[in-house]
Amino acid sequence: MTKRKYVSLPYLIWMIAFIVLPLVFVGYYAFTAKDGAFTLTNIFAILDPLHRKAMILSILLALICTVVCFLVAYPLALVLRYINFTNKGLVIVILILPMWMNSILRILALQMILNKNGILNMILSRFSIGPFEMLNTRGAIIFGMVYDFLPYMILPIYNAVMDIDADLLDAASDLGASKPTRLFKIILPLSKPGIISGITMVFIPALTSFVIPDVLGGGKIQLIGNVIEQEFVTSMNWHLGAGLSFALLIFVIIGLLFTQRQETKEKESNVW
Amino acid sequence: MVKLKRFICRFYVAIIMIFLYAPILVLVVSSFNNSISRVVWDGFTLKWYSEMFRSTLIKDSLNNTIILAFVSALVSTILGLLASIGIDAMHKREYSFVMAITNIPMLNADIVTGIAMMLFIIRFMPLGFNSILLAHITFNIPYVILNIMPRFNQMDVSIFEAARDLGAGPVYSFFKVILPELIPGIIAGFFMALTMSMDDFVITYFTKGAGVNTLSTMIYAQLRKGIQPTMYALSTVIFFVTLILLIIVNVLSARGSRTEVKR
Repeated sequence: MTKRKYVSLPYLIWMIAFIVLPLVFVGYYAFTAKDGAFTLTNIFAILDPLHRKAMILSILLALICTVVCFLVAYPLALVLRYINFTNKGLVIVILILPMWMNSILRILALQMILNKNGILNMILSRFSIGPFEMLNTRGAIIFGMVYDFLPYMILPIYNAVMDIDADLLDAASDLGASKPTRLFKIILPLSKPGIISGITMVFIPALTSFVIPDVLGGGKIQLIGNVIEQEFVTSMNWHLGAGLSFALLIFVIIGLLFTQRQETKEKESNVW
Repeated sequence: MVKLKRFICRFYVAIIMIFLYAPILVLVVSSFNNSISRVVWDGFTLKWYSEMFRSTLIKDSLNNTIILAFVSALVSTILGLLASIGIDAMHKREYSFVMAITNIPMLNADIVTGIAMMLFIIRFMPLGFNSILLAHITFNIPYVILNIMPRFNQMDVSIFEAARDLGAGPVYSFFKVILPELIPGIIAGFFMALTMSMDDFVITYFTKGAGVNTLSTMIYAQLRKGIQPTMYALSTVIFFVTLILLIIVNVLSARGSRTEVKR
């Protein structure tokens, strides 16, 4: 039976070649100058005013997007638990179906809606409001991110909320707990793992996205993803691009560690 | 009061569905609109569809997308199946090490994964179709493993042991006992890899060579130039193909869980 584990060797070799080594390469480019000498300038380039501004804006927009997604998805999960739809499976398939649609196409669709002579302005003009310049704004980028990533928040929270034992809630109300108490003392704590994985699945793509700001921000608003993309595609400065990616990776890891820590804490507190 | 509450709840679900589907609906409707200008309805037409079928740009990128999806899904399913068989026999420490590596591409930002693979691959070969294929296989395997591994945990070991007791060799009993149990997971993993490959933009964008396009990168390039209604026709087709694929996956996995219940 122990020999069986060697069957996974081809996979391990593949992953080391195409996942681990490439990341080492990013590190190599990040810590060297064009002539191959060791340097830290590429990493600290994240502190340049222009890059710093893009990084701070990225974090800010990703945070707003995550909060909005949570505020929309959590009530939805509660509602889905509350209503007895005849076919719950179908409802959840319908809710996450857009997630499987080509992401570029979804952003294209949003562009059509938010455009100056797009659908939304046309509808508003019927009520003699507008037209508004909605594209190329931070609001448009947040809207696009929420639209693109909302299903990633809905799914884990929905699963966590549905797993909560109804007996616990009955017991709580038998013991005199009000509805808000049940929400904050039972439902929220028990669905925490779902909330955390939802936050991870929304925050990291939002932080690193470059297509959404590019299309809906009209290239006028630079997020860190756009800066990195341009270093590789337009400016061809791979060392700087790798340095910025490395700095971005640090933020991603901080985000992951933060959520991971929450999760282990959660496990420990469950014991008591 | 209860009725009002029910109504508000249903209303909330409806609003979110409209939010999620309105953009897709807009695309579908526009693909049948005679007018190039985006919003004014100017009569029903199929001309964007016929134009779409005549476009060599679309045909080439569609070809690339389909070949990439099927080849990468096939290779990653084989590698993922072998990996799962091996991982299942591992001890705890090896197991967490391998699973940590498996999780990297799923947790890491796509842009960093794409750039990393580009920097690595370009050392050994020029970027082109093959570099995209390598990248797609790589990010597909973890999804295959995620679909196959749970099947091992649900499996009844005693059936395998019974087969061995009755004189079947390890390889024979693998094909006769274990593999049939894994089939639903393998198929679900294959289709998931297929959709992941077709949906990917960021990693393809960084690992592709000049002149090679998938549908995603082609649409992105068009998007920057100012989009043609043929793209709406294409989106509509893609949406319904995805829909059909998803229904297949759902039916398959539902059937898989039903046989489990029977047992």
